[in-house]
Amino acid sequence: MTRKQFGWAAVAAGFLAFFVAVPPFTVRTPAVPIVLGLIGLFLGVWSLAGGERRWGWGGIAAAIIGMAGGIAATQSGVGNLERVVVWSALFAAMLRYATPLIFASLGGLFSERSGVINIALEGMLLTGAFFAVLGADLTGTWYLGVLIGMAAGGALALIHAIFSVSLRADQIVSGTALNFLAFGLTTYLYLNRYGAEGTPTDLPQVPDVHLPLIEDIGFVGDIFGQMNLLIWMGLALVLVTWVVVFRTPPGLRLRSAGENPLAAETAGLSVVRTRYLAVVTSGVLAGAGGAYLSIGFVHSFSQNMTVGKGFIALAALIFGRWRPGGALMAALLFGFSTALAQRLPVFSPSAATLFQALPYVLTLVAVAGLVGRSIAPAAIGRPLERS
Amino acid sequence: MSEPQDDDLPPAPTPEAPGEGAPITVAGRLSGYLRGGGIITPLLTALLAFVVGGLVVALTGKDPIETYRAIFDGTGLNWFFPWISEEDRTVAALNLQQTLIITTPLILTGLAVAFAFRCGLFNIGGQGQYLVGSYMAVWIGSSFDGMPSVLHIVLCMIGACAAGAVWGGIAGLLKATTGANEVITTIMLNWIALWVGVWLVNLNGPLQNTEQKSVPVSPDIVEGAKLPVFWGDPELQGLHIGLFVALASLLVFWVLLNRTVTGYEVRAVGFNPDAARAAGISVSRNYILVMAICGLFAGLAASLDVLGWQFRVARNDIEIGQLGFYGIAVALLGRNTAIGTFFSALLFGALLTGTSVRNLDPLVFPPELATALTSIIQGLIVLFVSADILVVYLWRLRRKIRRRGSAESEAVAA
Repeated sequence: MTRKQFGWAAVAAGFLAFFVAVPPFTVRTPAVPIVLGLIGLFLGVWSLAGGERRWGWGGIAAAIIGMAGGIAATQSGVGNLERVVVWSALFAAMLRYATPLIFASLGGLFSERSGVINIALEGMLLTGAFFAVLGADLTGTWYLGVLIGMAAGGALALIHAIFSVSLRADQIVSGTALNFLAFGLTTYLYLNRYGAEGTPTDLPQVPDVHLPLIEDIGFVGDIFGQMNLLIWMGLALVLVTWVVVFRTPPGLRLRSAGENPLAAETAGLSVVRTRYLAVVTSGVLAGAGGAYLSIGFVHSFSQNMTVGKGFIALAALIFGRWRPGGALMAALLFGFSTALAQRLPVFSPSAATLFQALPYVLTLVAVAGLVGRSIAPAAIGRPLERS
Repeated sequence: MSEPQDDDLPPAPTPEAPGEGAPITVAGRLSGYLRGGGIITPLLTALLAFVVGGLVVALTGKDPIETYRAIFDGTGLNWFFPWISEEDRTVAALNLQQTLIITTPLILTGLAVAFAFRCGLFNIGGQGQYLVGSYMAVWIGSSFDGMPSVLHIVLCMIGACAAGAVWGGIAGLLKATTGANEVITTIMLNWIALWVGVWLVNLNGPLQNTEQKSVPVSPDIVEGAKLPVFWGDPELQGLHIGLFVALASLLVFWVLLNRTVTGYEVRAVGFNPDAARAAGISVSRNYILVMAICGLFAGLAASLDVLGWQFRVARNDIEIGQLGFYGIAVALLGRNTAIGTFFSALLFGALLTGTSVRNLDPLVFPPELATALTSIIQGLIVLFVSADILVVYLWRLRRKIRRRGSAESEAVAA
């Protein structure tokens, strides 16, 4: 076994330490999670000692968290555990919470891979969410709502592209500005149109996909049998993004614009056009995420309803090291932590509140390079210099 | 990060053509802007933002002129007009007190952003630093009943400054030791501060008011920790002496930046970190120091708010508070200078007060909409400032066209 595999084993042991203590196994003695956690700890240290920093630290963290969670679970009542840890419901909720993050972080991936920082994902999500509601309300059809939401996200992104690519504005300042602008504009238009009553209750909604055969297969059926259409599209988009960015010529151009724009320009590629396309794509995708949030998930719009989801998406992108698979995993992890946080108040409301900060803490740890270093595309944040 | 990039070393902008050769660090860009714009561009930027904001108002079927007028009346700035009636002046005084109460923290959150900019750092974390400062101020202010008033107030301020400095310092430390981008870390720290605060004041939280078990709010600070009011009625939220602390901070900012060795180093790092390093300045030490000082300003802002007029921290305020974010717009519009920060803080303070539910006449324009309009204007101002190059570019384009025009006419003449 390589040291990396030891690291994986450590993560697995940490996971197991928690898993055995909750339903369906529900081991009641703390000794089992402690033993499993210690095994994980040992494996993690062993992996780290061999120079495998990323998985070594990851394993140690997983072992400690798993052990703590497992011990906590053995100390709480079986009834509570069975109410909180319903795996199928947790996974279904995870996918619902993760979908806006998946769309937005994949959007961010396009933009940042092309060398344009996009901290306006939050604003684009919010814009997509509002205009999807407005579009669905005006046209009476959910798909036009989604399309209008995507177009609105794209339009906001176009402003970002004009300012940060053509006018060579500071990309972070421009992104910050768009977040303010999106917040102000959506709030203004929302209050102006819907006022105190809120959005209509009979808004067209993005339909769920019923899979008659799968629906009946117990656990899997509970999760995948009736998933929203946009959740499926989000999952498919991960694959599409991976193929486009890493297996096609346009994807190569995209990455070269982000890694070494001067070389790309020398090779005859229009960096400006590539970046424009990438940034607008990011807005369109984030807009779709917003549309899911408003007319796919909660079926309404409220002021500033994204409350930082765009920043969690950015965090997922960084945590996933600017790769589609990584972003998906991070989005699922953050989605799971939100799903769990919704159910934790059974045990302790205050712990549930603090749990909401977890994605941000993990990202802080990730960018600080404690658990493997997240390295951004080389030319990120820098406008193309032409003489 | 450690490899020197080909265009990491910007050519110094020449005085006659600011922005030419496009310095790419934030500070390099800024210095080009400072030379290129002066006082006219900030005014134009703000004006343009107000015009576009007015367009939004007009497009939704309302009268922008009337709206802006009503907002202006709500700011209390008409107090300075000699011709208004005595009755109006009384109302204006009350409004102006509100404007200045909001201006006070805005000056400081603006400085928190501006100081970082001068070191080439972008501190988006003003909000988080402000929040942790407010928790600390409330905690100290609501404890130690019976302590001498002056001592208690000073202790609250020091505590809040220290909390903010630690919060900002984390981002600086991470930047200095691991190269982690301060933009990302400060954003994350904002949200961590927010959730920690919600946890603190939430029902049964460690800092929740024990007398109001069902409300997610902190206890009130004790009477002795409240700042004295020097203008207006303390019962009607008069203007507290925190304004002078903010004004003094502007002076401290200016002196620190322009008249001390530290300030020289900070500016040197901001202009070109590599050159500063080559000259023997510790870049990492400056990153930590600057971010800590930024956090200190933001923490101080929070303490003045808590001790001056809020007296408590509520969950709702934590979740929707924006003062730290407004600091970004204040600093950018104020060109990261002391005097500029003062005037743009006053502008935003007036705008926020003029559009508040309390001050705007709902018959002219719904206040909730006006509050959103403030966010739009704030976004537009930051957007237009971001394209500092835009202003310089247009200016150069005009000259170029003129030059080309004259060259062509010469060619025709020949």
